[in-house]
Amino acid sequence: MEAREQEWATLMLAALAGDEAAYRSVLQALTVFLRAEARRGFARYGRGGADVEDVVQEALLAIHLKRGTWRTDEPIGPWVRAIARNKLIDSLRRGGKRINVPIDDVIETLPAEPPSEQLNERDAGEVLSKLNGRQREIVQSISINGASIRETAAKFAMSEGAVRVALHRGLAALSKIYRNEEP
Amino acid sequence: MKTENLIQALSADLATRPTPVPRAVFQALWAGVPIALGILIFALEVRPDIWTVIANPRFLFKFMFSLSALAAGLWLVLRLSRPGTPAGPALGMLAVSAGLLLLAVGTELVVLPSGNWLPALMGDRALACMVLIPTLAAAPLAALLYTLKAGAPDSPQLAGAAAGLLAGAIGATLYASHCTNDSPLFVATWYVIGISAVTVIGWLIGGRVLRW
Repeated sequence: MEAREQEWATLMLAALAGDEAAYRSVLQALTVFLRAEARRGFARYGRGGADVEDVVQEALLAIHLKRGTWRTDEPIGPWVRAIARNKLIDSLRRGGKRINVPIDDVIETLPAEPPSEQLNERDAGEVLSKLNGRQREIVQSISINGASIRETAAKFAMSEGAVRVALHRGLAALSKIYRNEEP
Repeated sequence: MKTENLIQALSADLATRPTPVPRAVFQALWAGVPIALGILIFALEVRPDIWTVIANPRFLFKFMFSLSALAAGLWLVLRLSRPGTPAGPALGMLAVSAGLLLLAVGTELVVLPSGNWLPALMGDRALACMVLIPTLAAAPLAALLYTLKAGAPDSPQLAGAAAGLLAGAIGATLYASHCTNDSPLFVATWYVIGISAVTVIGWLIGGRVLRW
């Protein structure tokens, strides 16, 4: 436990200093933890695992958007667990209500292959489809298509700064969509 | 979107820095306090005899009380706006503030003949005090509730109430230099009602706007 949290803290410190690779590593490590927490929480309240990945993604978004609330001189474990608990409770309160999206909006983002057996990699494309057009294209380009900021800027004939702003706003909007608020 | 894809997007957004909570609070005070100060100076005016009462223990106590409440509010806001950080030791500061008030009220009851208790408590501008403390607190509270969206409170209501306490204490501190009622009995009643009202408003609005 201690060693794992020490690892998170070390990676997060490097990330806050601008190390993107360290940031990816800590987010991946946190994903494993968050997924286990969400599964355990859903099991305790007799909920199926269908929404586990939504909670994981919501918590990751919160960790990202609120990383300024971690005080680097304090242990990171309680901070992460508090965010995980908050997002789990939010999800349980919503009672697993699915976010309603017209099917036409979803169709183009649905995966072509049949649903995989791995529950934990369930596609959460429906939240992306609620973003407005350009934001969705940019978030999709960087997340799903794995393009860099520069490549995305070239593709949409935008400045890199404008892509960064749109990406950030898109991620903040995703976080709101998960909470059923207007983005 | 798979979680791995989301992580890709999050790491691409690493360069956009979030605002730490202390800076958010500082920004709010920087924006809100000058407005409250302007209302005090230009609409209410500082009491004209301020230099003759400056060493009066009753007058000074008003500031001891309001500044200790301000410190408690500030500490509570900084703690309650971060996840996994309960009020903890900041409640001690609130207890200090309440203790100061009790001590002053006790002293006043001893030194003041009982026939003067009620007039001292009622003062001559009780209603104004109740209304003007929230008025002076309005801009700081609005600014705090706006910038504290950078926080991630375990309880948006409690974080909002802490912001209300901080703003209310700022309002009380400024109002104390305008108000000519200096008895601790007056402060313990009307100042406390004014600050509490702002705290409740912060609780109500915080519960709506500080969700994350």
